[in-house]
Amino acid sequence: MKNGMTLIVRVIARFVSPMIMVFGIYIILHGHLSPGGGFPGGVIIASAFVLLTLSFGKEIAYQKLKESTASVMESAGALIFLILATLGIVFGGWFFLNFLPKGEPFRLISAGFIPLCNIGIGLKVGGGIFAVFLTLILFRLLEKGEGD
Amino acid sequence: MTLIPLFMVIPLGSAFIVVLLGRFKETVSDVLATAATLMLAILPFALIIPLSQEGIFVYRMGRWIPPWGINLVLDGLSLLMLIIINLVAFLAILYSVSYMKKFTAKSTYYGLFLLMLAGMNGVVLSGDFFNLFVFLEIAAIASYALVAFGVEAEELEASFKYMVMGSVASVLILFSIGLIYSLTGSLNMAHVGTILQGQKGNLISFSMILFLAGFGLKAAIMPFHAWLPDAHPSAPAPISAMLSGVLIKALGVYAILRIFFNVFGMNIQLSWILMILGALSMVGGGLLALKQNDFKRLLAYSSISQIGLIMLGVGCGNYWGILGALFHLFNHASFKALLFLNSGAVEYSTGTRELKKMGGLSKAMPFTGATSAIGSLSISGIPPLNGFWSKLFIIMGLIYAGRYVLGVITILVSVLTLAYYLKVQRYAFFGKLGEGLEKVKEAPPLMCASMVALAIICIGAGIFFYPIMKIILEPAVRVLQEGVGYSSLVLGG
Repeated sequence: MKNGMTLIVRVIARFVSPMIMVFGIYIILHGHLSPGGGFPGGVIIASAFVLLTLSFGKEIAYQKLKESTASVMESAGALIFLILATLGIVFGGWFFLNFLPKGEPFRLISAGFIPLCNIGIGLKVGGGIFAVFLTLILFRLLEKGEGD
Repeated sequence: MTLIPLFMVIPLGSAFIVVLLGRFKETVSDVLATAATLMLAILPFALIIPLSQEGIFVYRMGRWIPPWGINLVLDGLSLLMLIIINLVAFLAILYSVSYMKKFTAKSTYYGLFLLMLAGMNGVVLSGDFFNLFVFLEIAAIASYALVAFGVEAEELEASFKYMVMGSVASVLILFSIGLIYSLTGSLNMAHVGTILQGQKGNLISFSMILFLAGFGLKAAIMPFHAWLPDAHPSAPAPISAMLSGVLIKALGVYAILRIFFNVFGMNIQLSWILMILGALSMVGGGLLALKQNDFKRLLAYSSISQIGLIMLGVGCGNYWGILGALFHLFNHASFKALLFLNSGAVEYSTGTRELKKMGGLSKAMPFTGATSAIGSLSISGIPPLNGFWSKLFIIMGLIYAGRYVLGVITILVSVLTLAYYLKVQRYAFFGKLGEGLEKVKEAPPLMCASMVALAIICIGAGIFFYPIMKIILEPAVRVLQEGVGYSSLVLGG
């Protein structure tokens, strides 16, 4: 468990996990155009880290993303979302007002502040899910340590 | 009017900032949480005068018009709830500054507390079913974590039980919201109200039953009460005060009132159901409280009894009944929060919750002793304290409605309440000093300050009941008496 899984799993995971991450980012950034958005994209990004943790063991994954970093990401994501919603009051007088220019439909940069909201949600969900996963395996390891 | 979203923005924002700043000194999170809740406690009072001129505020999120967009509705009833929630929350945070020192991870505690606060504020402001559900879940999930905050076996067990029951309630509520959506094609409460007006059908009745069971579970009315006597005593004392004083009212009683009075419209069957469930939990909770020897468990059973009293007043449906019920909502928040904070102070100083191991504490802890005496007398309905007036109004309402038997039962339960609070006073605060309690000291000054503030609210609301009734309670009563007229007010405004 300490050194992760077999060589086959590790090679495949090393090959696949960047692609999963890029796919997650794609889902987040195209949230306003196609099915998906911040939540599924965040889960996909978190699952890339989960895959790394499972195949290489906790230590290697920790070098990539620490639990404290994940927790900061989570809080920052929520704050980004909240600040965007509050900026609506500042610029237009209404909470959650879409104050940015809407742009042309079906372009990547369009729909006002929706893509920015999706990025915030993606950070929040990605950080949150990975932190939950780390907490669960940490608890499991502690329990095992006591049993030995 | 632009102030309305602040009730969600301030607690949510400060919750995440507190967690982010958790690695710095503890004082930073103390100051931030106290400042945020102080602002929130003042804010509702700033809205009293504008609201009395306008009657109702409908806030359109992102400038989308009601049936399509999400809206927040602030009327008399919501304002009353906001005052109760944020006042108790501020005093509980003030108390936590000293009380939570013995726990680790104080910043996480503040974060969860503020999330729970944001959820409750959202529930009472939300104008559509789905947001009500989302905010309800925010508050409920934060409260599951807070109940387990001590991470001892007993607390984890209580939290798990609470979580299972709470999730069952949430499923029932969500299912009912789904039914409503399939029937009407709308989630906006006012819009649903206009569509459902005058309609009858099995599915509508079924969704009403699901709502009653779901929110009844959240409010811990008698057949649904089993989680409360475990969950409320296990939490840290300021959280017990929030849960018993505010959470069961915001998530349970408020939602029942809003949905049954303003969306479905009251009828005679519903009124009987509320009265019977109310009477059942009033009597049952009271009898069970009498047998308890654990200080906080006794208070928890007493909460069930008092919530029953509130439902009884609401169920009888006339002016005095509703007025008494809403006043009791306010009063119960003040004295039950006070009594839970007292129990926390006693536990902080003596390390026990067993009433029989205490004794003579009013000499060693003068502030705790005096404030708990005030709280006990208020909740038992001794004039001129605030509990007397609200119980009087409820009994008057029952008599005007012709429910004499229930009126007599209410008076008897009031005597029962006095009995078990005398038991608390007799065992914990009067008599000889208990064994091993010679060195007990008074709780730290901040804890005393918030207890004294709540005691002052108890006395003040008793003496100045008339201005409170006219300024804060009557608009709320009007909202409930208007019934389904709520829809046209929201959609028209």
